[in-house]
Amino acid sequence: MRLRKATRIRLVLIAGMVLALEAACRTGLIRPFTMIPPSEMFVSLLRLFQSPEVLSDIGQTLRAVALSLSGALVVGFLIGALLYAFPRARRIADPLLGTYYSVPVFVFYPLLIVLFGLNSIPKTVIGFLYAFVAMIINTLNGLDRVPPVFWKTAKVQQLGRLATAVHLVLPCAGPYLFTGAKLAVMYSFIGVIGSEFILSSGGLGYRISFSYNNFQSDVMYGLILFVLLVVICINMGLYAWERSLMERRGGR
Amino acid sequence: MLTKPVSPEDLVAVHAVTKIFPSSRGMSDVHALGPLDLTMRAGEFFAVVGPSGCGKSTLLEIIAGLTRPTNGEVFFNGAAVGDFVPEGIGVIFQEDASFPWLSVRENIAFGLKRKQVDADTTRRRVDDALKLTGLQAFADAYPAQLSGGMRQRVCIARTLVLQPRLILLDEPFGALDQQTRLLMGDEVLRLWRETGATILLITHALDEAAMLSDRVGVMSARPGRFLEIVTTHWPRDRDSKIVTRQEFGDITGHLWALLRDQSIKSIAVSA
Repeated sequence: MRLRKATRIRLVLIAGMVLALEAACRTGLIRPFTMIPPSEMFVSLLRLFQSPEVLSDIGQTLRAVALSLSGALVVGFLIGALLYAFPRARRIADPLLGTYYSVPVFVFYPLLIVLFGLNSIPKTVIGFLYAFVAMIINTLNGLDRVPPVFWKTAKVQQLGRLATAVHLVLPCAGPYLFTGAKLAVMYSFIGVIGSEFILSSGGLGYRISFSYNNFQSDVMYGLILFVLLVVICINMGLYAWERSLMERRGGR
Repeated sequence: MLTKPVSPEDLVAVHAVTKIFPSSRGMSDVHALGPLDLTMRAGEFFAVVGPSGCGKSTLLEIIAGLTRPTNGEVFFNGAAVGDFVPEGIGVIFQEDASFPWLSVRENIAFGLKRKQVDADTTRRRVDDALKLTGLQAFADAYPAQLSGGMRQRVCIARTLVLQPRLILLDEPFGALDQQTRLLMGDEVLRLWRETGATILLITHALDEAAMLSDRVGVMSARPGRFLEIVTTHWPRDRDSKIVTRQEFGDITGHLWALLRDQSIKSIAVSA
């Protein structure tokens, strides 16, 4: 497979930065107490995969992300579709949606612990709260961009409401729904891992925080590397999928 | 189903149709159309011309069943047109209505698949439509890879595979340049002859109406009514070469003579 020029340059830049960081750590420019070399982070990550506790933390985090993400996708899409169907409700909701991300959702974490207890529910709810509005906004964007002529074409083709939604509206709004889903993935990770840092008793965020407090730099950096790799891989996969879809559609 | 006796030759009958759009926020009602009568014979090519905003497209949408008239009735094939587009009517719009996520072949087969037509019939009809519209070489291409004229042909093919008896064209060549419009006109005439369908063309281009149609309905400024229905007397086997004939100039000139004052009125109202 031939890589594009931009991809090659990007890879060279990343590799260069990693090598520079490695050199800086190895030569003592960056103290071992501050950061360990990337190669040691990688070795540490491999070692961490043999630890049942870490594997359990990874499982907890991924489960919470999967739950919050699924909820955000379904609920966000449904609310978006309802707001589109009821313009008056949308006029009321629009300012709230527009300013939603100025509210630091984490401030509700103590309240959620009071409501649900010190378990995985509060962090799942935070992940959901972070992600579902991105899905609402992008669902509305997508539905707004279905050209009026497509609605008329659906009537001419004698499609019912469900058939219009499945065969016409969803594929047409697809790229925007995809963007919503992409953002929801990221927000879910931020919400869940961020919550684990604060008060949770398990999960990747908790484990990173615990290692930091106990001066276990190798564990901390190994896990940070793991989070980075997972998020980058998911994002790159979604980006490549989106690009192949959009190329076929000529950007429409 | 409600029926009204109409001549057996009449595929479409429009009786005393009016359309008034209700007021919004303190504005007065907009009387867009009519009262207006029209009959179209089976196999006829009928064009409607008129000034901007005279209700041409509204008339098309009422005939198609996309919009309800405020008063009056429309009959297609002897049956009243209600809230749904009747079986046997195909509509081609000015805007690009090709689906960008489907290939040309999938676009054309769209309606057949929704109607659960069997795979062999679908393939045969799609192949015929591809041939008829000259898109065989682009069957697996996506609309984004085609020109505007070719995308419009995809929409025409998507309509033709459903074998409509009445094809409604709402300014289908409005976005195309003059030469392409003439050539597309030739293609539409060929399709009209080969399919035997009845065509209603809405256009603002007088030359297009004069070249393509058996009859041209000239509408007044809003509220749109027919000022005159002009018969062209062209032979069925015609093409764009008729634009060089003296009669073509006479017909186009007559259409403009009818429309000039109405167009001035329309511009004055919109100003």
